[in-house]
Amino acid sequence: MASVSVRMPGGSKITIPHYPIDMIGANERASTFTKRSIKKESKLDALYTAITMTDLTTLEGADTPGKVEQLCGKAIHPVPDQFMQELQRLAPSRTIRPIPHVGAICVYPEQVPIAARCLEGSGVELASVATAFPAGQLPLDIKLRDVKRAVKFGATEIDMVIDRGAFLRGDFQKVFDEIVAVKDVCEDNAHLKVILETGELKTYDNVRLASWMAMEAGADFIKTSTGKVAPAATMPVTLIMLQAIWDYYQETGIKIGMKPAGGIRTAKQAVHYLVMVNEVLGSDWLHPTMFRFGASSLLNDLLRQIFKQYSGQYYYDDIFSLD
Amino acid sequence: MTKKKTDKKKVAKKKTAKKATKKVAKKTTKKMTKSSTKKKSVKGLVFDYDPAPESSAIITFKKKYDLFIGGKFVAPESGKYMTSINPATTESLARFAVASEKDVDTAVKAARKAYQTSWSKLSGAERGKYLYRIARILQERAREFAVLETMDGGKPIKESRDVDIPLAAAHFFYYAGWADKLEYAFPGKKVSSIGVCGQIIPWNFPLLMAAWKIAPALAAGNTIVIKPAEQTPLTALLLAEVCQEAELPEGVVNIITGAGETGAAIVNHKDVNKIAFTGSTAVGKLIAKSIAKTNKKLTLELGGKSANIIFEDAALDQAVEGIINGIYFNQGHVCCAGSRLLVEESVRDVVLKKLKKRMSTLRVGNPLDKNTDVGAINSKEQYDQITKMVAAGKKEGGEFYQAECSLPRKGYFHAPSYFAHQSASSLISRVEVFGPVLSISSFRTPDEAITKANDTNYGLAAGIWSEKGSKIHKTAGSLKAGIIWANTYNKFDPTSPFGGYFESGYGREGGLQGLHPYLEIK
Repeated sequence: MASVSVRMPGGSKITIPHYPIDMIGANERASTFTKRSIKKESKLDALYTAITMTDLTTLEGADTPGKVEQLCGKAIHPVPDQFMQELQRLAPSRTIRPIPHVGAICVYPEQVPIAARCLEGSGVELASVATAFPAGQLPLDIKLRDVKRAVKFGATEIDMVIDRGAFLRGDFQKVFDEIVAVKDVCEDNAHLKVILETGELKTYDNVRLASWMAMEAGADFIKTSTGKVAPAATMPVTLIMLQAIWDYYQETGIKIGMKPAGGIRTAKQAVHYLVMVNEVLGSDWLHPTMFRFGASSLLNDLLRQIFKQYSGQYYYDDIFSLD
Repeated sequence: MTKKKTDKKKVAKKKTAKKATKKVAKKTTKKMTKSSTKKKSVKGLVFDYDPAPESSAIITFKKKYDLFIGGKFVAPESGKYMTSINPATTESLARFAVASEKDVDTAVKAARKAYQTSWSKLSGAERGKYLYRIARILQERAREFAVLETMDGGKPIKESRDVDIPLAAAHFFYYAGWADKLEYAFPGKKVSSIGVCGQIIPWNFPLLMAAWKIAPALAAGNTIVIKPAEQTPLTALLLAEVCQEAELPEGVVNIITGAGETGAAIVNHKDVNKIAFTGSTAVGKLIAKSIAKTNKKLTLELGGKSANIIFEDAALDQAVEGIINGIYFNQGHVCCAGSRLLVEESVRDVVLKKLKKRMSTLRVGNPLDKNTDVGAINSKEQYDQITKMVAAGKKEGGEFYQAECSLPRKGYFHAPSYFAHQSASSLISRVEVFGPVLSISSFRTPDEAITKANDTNYGLAAGIWSEKGSKIHKTAGSLKAGIIWANTYNKFDPTSPFGGYFESGYGREGGLQGLHPYLEIK
């Protein structure tokens, strides 16, 4: 793949540089982060930070206001008070840090109004997928209406999908224009996360190109996956995107955020991701405004491991609500 | 990275700046929770990993270690002992015997007896059985070996655990497979063993080098007298226990310890049929001289100043990993280390920038900590040698860069470093440092890269980084080096032959070629 040129809305051309990735080397590098051994306080730090970075997600056809209410409750208060009391009883000498709320909840536009009501004043962000999620196979005007509705209903973050069909057939201008158009709609009201759906782009060279294109087009975050395609987020794909973010920062001084989504289920995985962010981008990105996990079952494992880290033992799982 | 239009950059920056102010104004009126704004400078988690040391409780040190001769541990005739030091703490670990000329003679006699009475009479399949057994025991006791290797030599536990010990076992497995297939290894030829082999190994990969030497020798039907380096004798002595556990016939493997004099006694012993040496070029030359008038076979695996060539069309992030792995793996104590970085001028600055960033994430410190990337320099002598060369290198000018990291107060530690902008005739560009010190220079064309890479008295290894296959093949074909890696570095496998040209020595270890030196092929 060579460099790609796209036109900005003003007519000026920009070049997305060709930046080859060696797959074997990238996979190898990504696996080194999983070998870090994170213990004691540093582990607790990571587990707590991961909670604040979690985009608690439900994206089902069966989603209902009831389900979303429950999710919002969990997002604001991940555990009942009983948890903290029990933990203090088991670890009397420790100062137990309060469990923070999660970063955001992530729902379909239809569920945004109810979520907005539930989250009001909580500090939890409200992300909505949009642009004909997950396939992105609808005309631009409908995608934009999708975004506008979500924003109007109160979404503070928009998770858009790129048109992978256009990308794979080489129509990069279309991909670029759509991101620019969505950004325009979001501009002052919502943060824009651009989902590349790396499981469909397949090659790391594609992932790099799509990442750069999204950043140039105005993404605040780049995000791996919809969660509807396997594989979803992987360590190597996230590494490629983090390195693109670093290079983009070096060139422009602009810090773009990152969100791996799908497939991150355990606290251990989350800690590996944080190690990777730490070593590729550094401390500035270890903050919910710069890094998020798109996940649903991750939260309970984070809580389980926090419990274990303080008390030295696991607790019965039923103490944690399912959602 | 190629140039980007700067006007777009400005636009983007302006846009974000404008947006940020707007956002602040809007935030107060917004009913929803405030949108996370990355334009505000936020303080992220300072993620310092807590210590995660591997426990050393698994190791029980003997009061003193004797010589392993004829299947038993025997006290040295000399009565002399030396001390092995943990270079990360400078504490003494154990005392080990110094073999005198007479002890060497006893060991060679034991090897000869074993060769004549048992080992050469066994079928290949039987010999293979013992080698498989050793390999399995190594795997079973891997953690013990890894911890001991790290304590004795200072290398990070993640390397001894993930590289040294598994590879050592893999070598035994691999050559075990050849033991009963020697006649198929060299079709149409008649092969036979050669007798007693004297083997002298270095301190940088103590157990792995022992495996490289012992496994092919035994598979081919020889018996051996092996001497580990005096800096790192302990895993070889633990391997002696493994030989006992595997019920290897007495005298097939004799492991004797000592310094240079012991080595010389092995080299000069009349009843040794073959010498295999891995170590410095200076000692290698001495050995070659003393063997010149004898009938002994000889293989030498010596030093190197290997070129790691990065072309502008390389996958740069992965190439940077290759630089790091090439020179900072095992503190740079690697004979095939990619100690000369040649980078195409058009990507030189971006590669150096990325390299510096990557070096800042290397964790230097306690080798037993599972998060340590760069451990201790192997010995005080080596530490002094490295610092002396770095001081001399600084005097020659150019740019010297050292990773910012805090080093432990005790022990011999050296921060990962590089020299750039030095002339090709400078000390660091030409002489092997055998430490975490890289020499960086640039080139303009592929031809120049090849000329520069070959401009050395060594010829052990080279790395080529390019996404263009034809360029890789053309370059590889023109390099005078025994091992050439493409888009990777420091990858070892028992099936792949290893060895050098010129002052890097002769003979190959590993693979089918690694059987050659241990066989009479008619």
